[in-house]
Amino acid sequence: MKIAVCVKQVPDTWAEKKLDAGDKTLDRESVDGVMNELDEYAVEEALQIAEANSGEVVVVSVGPDKATDTVRKALSMGADSAIHVLDDGLHGSDALGTSLALAKVIEGRDFDLVVFGSESTDARMSVVPAMVAERLGVAQLTFANNVEVAGSDVTIKRQTEYGYDEVTGATPAVVSVVEKINEPRYPSFKGIMAAKKKPVETLGLADLGIDAAAVGLAGAATEVVEFADAPPRAAGTVVTDEGNGGAQIADYLSAQKFI
Amino acid sequence: MAEILVLVDHVDGAVKKVTLEVLTLARSLGEPSAVFVGAGADAAAATLTEYGAANIYVADADDLGKHPVAPKAEVLAQLVGEKSPAAVLIPSTAEGKEVAGRLAVKLNSGVITDAVGLTADLTATQSIFGGAVIVQAKVGAGTPIITVRPNSSPAEAGPAAGTRVEVTVALSDSATKATTTNKVEETKGARPELAEAAVVVSGGRGVGGAEGFGIIEALADSLDGAVGASRAATDAGWYPHQYQVGQTGKTVSPQLYIANGISGAIQHRAGMQTSKTIVVVNKDPEAPIFELADYGVVGDLFTVVPQLTEEIGKRKG
Repeated sequence: MKIAVCVKQVPDTWAEKKLDAGDKTLDRESVDGVMNELDEYAVEEALQIAEANSGEVVVVSVGPDKATDTVRKALSMGADSAIHVLDDGLHGSDALGTSLALAKVIEGRDFDLVVFGSESTDARMSVVPAMVAERLGVAQLTFANNVEVAGSDVTIKRQTEYGYDEVTGATPAVVSVVEKINEPRYPSFKGIMAAKKKPVETLGLADLGIDAAAVGLAGAATEVVEFADAPPRAAGTVVTDEGNGGAQIADYLSAQKFI
Repeated sequence: MAEILVLVDHVDGAVKKVTLEVLTLARSLGEPSAVFVGAGADAAAATLTEYGAANIYVADADDLGKHPVAPKAEVLAQLVGEKSPAAVLIPSTAEGKEVAGRLAVKLNSGVITDAVGLTADLTATQSIFGGAVIVQAKVGAGTPIITVRPNSSPAEAGPAAGTRVEVTVALSDSATKATTTNKVEETKGARPELAEAAVVVSGGRGVGGAEGFGIIEALADSLDGAVGASRAATDAGWYPHQYQVGQTGKTVSPQLYIANGISGAIQHRAGMQTSKTIVVVNKDPEAPIFELADYGVVGDLFTVVPQLTEEIGKRKG
C-alpha cells in the first residue's frame, strides 16, 4: 500500500502571525515554522496504516525553502521519502492553487491513500482535502477520528456535532484526520539520523506541468483587499468573589438582557 | 435583482439557525434562493419562505443523501450553470466548507471561508489569526463562493414567494465514491450545537475532572446554551474532543461566552475571542483570559458557577 501524507509548515502557535503590508500574504519569514499540528496526526495515521499493511509513506509538502524542516520532521517520524514542491511562483497561492499543486504531485504516482490533517492552524479553511479529492475524482473520507483499512476498503468515523458518521469508500481515497485520532510519535534519535539519508525529491511548477498563471498570488481567485488589527476589546469589570460572585454575574447578565 | 444561492443546512428538514442568518444576509445583496438537498423539503419550505427564499430548489433524490459532501457540490454546480447567480453562500460548518471547496474546483471560482460580514459588492469581512486581524477579501475569478460563520449576523424574517422548483441531478461517479453507511449519535441531547449556539459555557483545567463538568452543563442548560471545553480538559479526557473550543478545535462566536477555569492560552483564545460578550470565572487573578472579559469574577468556580445557575433559575422564575 502506497500512502501519501500531505504536511504544511505553519507559524508556531505562540508566534504573532502577521500579514505582509506589501502583498498581504502571511509573513512566513519572520516567524518560527513548525509542522501544522493536525498534520502530526496525519503522519502518525499514515505510518500506522503502512505498518499494518506493509506499505510505504511518502511525505508531500508545498512550501518555501524553510518548509524543509517540516518535511524532515515527517521523515524522522518514520516516513520513507518525500516530495517537496518548491517554487517561488507558488508564493501567495490560494486554496485552489495549493490543491492544484498537490493533485499534480499525487496523480500518476499510484497512491492508494492520501492523508491530510483536517485543517491548518494558519489559514483554517479546511477545504484543501476536499478540493484534492474533487480534483482526483476519488473517494473523500474526511474529518476522520478513526480509520480502518481492509484490503481496498477504507472505512472512517467522520466526526460530527453529535457523534460520528460511518463513511466508507474504496482506494484510492483522500482521508483527513482530526486531532486525537492517535498519539503522534516523537522522532527518535535513530529516526532523526535516518531521515538525513532519506530521499527528498524537489519539484517545481514546470516539473508538474502547472501553468504559472494558475497559481501564486497572481493566479489566486481570491484577493485580500485590505486588513487591519482588530480593535482591542474594551476593558471589562473584574471583581473578586466575596460570597456573591455568582449573583453578581447574574446581575450583569440581567443588565445585558441575557436573562 | 441578482439571484443569490443559499445552501440550506438542515437535518431531515429541520432548518439550522445559521441558514436563516445567511438568507437574511443574502437579502441585503440580492434575491436569495434556497438550495435544499436531501429529504424533508416539505417540512422546511415554510421557514425558508418566511426568511426570504424567492425560490426553493429541491434536490431530494434518494441517492443524494447517501454520500457526504460531493452531491451538494454537484447540485450547486448545476444550478450555478443554469441560473448564473451573483454568488453562492454556504453556512460555514465543517461540511459546508468542504462543499464550498469542491464547488470552487468545479467552477474554477474563488472561495472565501468563515466570512463574518458581506457588503453589497460582495466584499467579505474575515476575522483571522484567532481574531487578531480583520481582513476584507474579494473573489476575483468566477462565481464568488462564500461561507458565512454562524452567529455573525442576525436572522430576521422577510417573507418571499418561496416557489418550489424540483431539481434533478445525475451524480457523477466520483460523487458516489464515498458512502455514509451509518449515523451514530453519541451525545445528542436538548442542547444546541456548539458552532451555532447563542450561548456557550466552557470549562477548562480548573474544572478538575469529568465529574466537574456537571456544574458547567447545568449552567449551560439554565441559559439554553451549548457546552464547550478547553484543550486541557479534552486532552485529559474530561469532556469529548468534539466540544473543544480553540485553534485545533471549534471556533465559536456566540452572543455570550462564559469561560470557567480556563486560563486563556492562545490556543483557546483563537477559538472564542470574537464572542460578543465574554464572562470569566477563574481563581487566578493573573489568568490571561481576564484580558478578554467583559465581566470577570476571581473566585472558585465550584461556588460561583452553582450560585449563578441558581440565580438564573430564580430570575427566570
